[in-house]
Amino acid sequence: MRALQVALAWIGLRLLRRLPRRRPRPPREPVEAQRRRRAQPPEALSFEAEPHRGSELLVAALLLAAALAAAAFVVFYVVWPDTQLLGLCLGGAVLLAGVACALAGKRVVPQETAAEPYEELHDERAVDDVGAIVREAGEGVSRRRLLAGAAGLAGTTIGVAAAVPLASLGPGVDDRVAGTPWRRGRRVVDGDGRPLRPEQIEPGSAVLAYPEGADRDTLEAPVTLLRLDPDTLDMPAARRAAAPGGVIAYSRICTHAACAVSMYRHPLSPATAPDDALVCPCHFSTFDPRRGGKVVFGPAGRPLPQLPLQVNGDGELVAAGGFIGAVGPTYGGSREQGS
Amino acid sequence: MRLLPHPDPIRDPVRFVDRRLGAAGLLRSTLRYVFPDHWSFMLGELALYSFVMLVATGIFLSLNYVPSDETVTYAGSYAPLAGRQVGAQYDSVLRLVFDVPAGNLIRQTHHWAANVFVVAIALHLARICLTGAFRKPRELNHVVGVTMLALALVEGFLGYSLVDDLLSGMGLAIAYSVAASVPLVGDDAAFLLWGGEYPGSSAFWPRMEIVHVLLIPAAIAVLLSVHLLQVVRQHHTQFPGGPRSERAVVGTPMWAGYALRSIGLFLIVAGLLLLLGGLVQINPVWLWGPYETALSTNGAQPDWYLGWLIGALRLMPGWELTIGDDTLVPNPFWGGALYPLVVFAILYLWPWLDKLLWSGGGRRHELLDRPRDNPRRTAAFAALATWVFTILLAGSVDRLAFRTTISYEGQIWALRIGAIVAPVVVYLVTRRICEELRRRGDHPLRGWSGTVVERTPEGGHAPVRDEQPR
Repeated sequence: MRALQVALAWIGLRLLRRLPRRRPRPPREPVEAQRRRRAQPPEALSFEAEPHRGSELLVAALLLAAALAAAAFVVFYVVWPDTQLLGLCLGGAVLLAGVACALAGKRVVPQETAAEPYEELHDERAVDDVGAIVREAGEGVSRRRLLAGAAGLAGTTIGVAAAVPLASLGPGVDDRVAGTPWRRGRRVVDGDGRPLRPEQIEPGSAVLAYPEGADRDTLEAPVTLLRLDPDTLDMPAARRAAAPGGVIAYSRICTHAACAVSMYRHPLSPATAPDDALVCPCHFSTFDPRRGGKVVFGPAGRPLPQLPLQVNGDGELVAAGGFIGAVGPTYGGSREQGS
Repeated sequence: MRLLPHPDPIRDPVRFVDRRLGAAGLLRSTLRYVFPDHWSFMLGELALYSFVMLVATGIFLSLNYVPSDETVTYAGSYAPLAGRQVGAQYDSVLRLVFDVPAGNLIRQTHHWAANVFVVAIALHLARICLTGAFRKPRELNHVVGVTMLALALVEGFLGYSLVDDLLSGMGLAIAYSVAASVPLVGDDAAFLLWGGEYPGSSAFWPRMEIVHVLLIPAAIAVLLSVHLLQVVRQHHTQFPGGPRSERAVVGTPMWAGYALRSIGLFLIVAGLLLLLGGLVQINPVWLWGPYETALSTNGAQPDWYLGWLIGALRLMPGWELTIGDDTLVPNPFWGGALYPLVVFAILYLWPWLDKLLWSGGGRRHELLDRPRDNPRRTAAFAALATWVFTILLAGSVDRLAFRTTISYEGQIWALRIGAIVAPVVVYLVTRRICEELRRRGDHPLRGWSGTVVERTPEGGHAPVRDEQPR
């Protein structure tokens, strides 16, 4: 037991002696002398190192306040993670630290103005050398044209080949699901899937409706139902017949930029207001439902397609066929049905 | 026993690195790198620091986002949407907002940072274009900067489109239509991007996410590095006056004054963005509700930096280029694609337009012009800005229509005319103001007082040389 103690003491003493002893520091070279010795550009035009006691204290106080706010953030995160409180604490902490830094940069550390020469950017000899070095590669090569042409062809072909898989990102436009879900006899249903009857469409209301049992998220599905006075419909007889009792359906999707045409302008005082219109809230294309969805204002280039309706034996609204005109935005360079 | 030299907490680690990489010389010149002082030089830094905040907050958001349009039943703590069928992506954002602690703070800070990012880039660009900082040898960096602006606009749009709330869905429908409207290639391009006809396949959501969180941020980060490396190589431009000349840049060295001030600016920007994110609500997607193809709302506005595009789409009369039943150029192309292409072409070509029309000559410029120093260049930029902002105003006329007695149609017609007339008027007025300011010689540059004089042998004084800036 005693031997162990002696051994430990001996090891301890050896370890202690290995520790660097505290020696007096050599006197530090004053900063001013170091600066002079540096003699590296940029040269200082002015250098002020005045102590600002007040600013130093203020910076310290700001940093302490920042620490406090940051700690408060942690506490609130645990006990009461309210967005406003969290933002106030974390934002406040970072902002206070930022003000402290900026103040320290302006008022605590030495203020120096220095001048540094702009570099000469251009070296004509280096340009010549680059030209010579690059051309050296062609030294002794006899079929330069052939090689360059072959390399160009290979590079282009490989580039095109590498880009071709991009085509698998989506179907071609020709494979477009051309069909609309609307078929002759398909029932018109509301948002809850209940069949709609003509008498449910009140004058002055615009009812959003879908084809029964179809995917509602496609551009071709949704329609808007309106009730207008049949005598005021200014359209060919065949189209007027597709609006039984003045109940008329238009595609919900704007022919300009595919937004839902969800606004219905229905003036209560015909003397002072413009006529009924379906309006798209995106770019305010304005369509006249009495004249086959004709564009009366705004950027749309084509009328809103009408969906022909009829009433089935049960008194429910059904489609009498597909849309009159192409639904949705126009595709550049593609064939679209006009009005 | 080994005698250790006195440890030095600064030199020792620097020596360690220098012995392995020889980096002390680079570090020395970095610490002594000179930054010229002017408040407007801060705008680029503002953009840089907003970007840092966007990356920091964006990482947190991406870890909480589900890029899927699969329909789920909302079961979070926001009562008005309880039990509603929503997309998984919208559901994940609602969960972030209401059920992840600090989630909404970080989401709103991200959104605010995006707005500040684009404001800062736009103002920085205005500063560059108005003061001639784009001139030789800095044309390449101008091109890099304009590219970053374009990327920032796309990035911002994708960011708020990822949510699939009612407003972002309307935005995507418009984006699809604009893509589809490009002559010859548009329809195929739109089908490839969306994976089919709008609203596209399920693959569209992970695609949009990867572009937003990886491809564009990485592109911006690379361009940002190139941008800053070019600045370091060429040094900053500076306004004339005092000891500042074409030969030497005068300002504050990086260490310590400038570094502290710049770190301070970063923290102040970050702090203000966090305060905005916490205290000022932005894009409350839970109020807009989920998007469906058949739904839209009145008073819909994009984020401000896309207002010029929706404005252009609204101002365009319903013209389409058609041959019989074949539509060659559908309407959204004019405002949504051609107009931004023209604006960006002007911005890209600005250094060469300047050489051709306003400045002439191909010499190197380190000293900046004040806007008044080149009246025609300044007037041209003011006209371009007026053109863009008049059209941006058209993006908000649906809101103005409620607050004024002027009809929507009346305002659109006024702005259609204004977008053509106002730039011309602004050009003439700005040019006249600049010329007048120059003639009067008032408002000398900061630090510039009077003319340098020389005592003549006769005992009088004579100006040494005309140091008045052009």
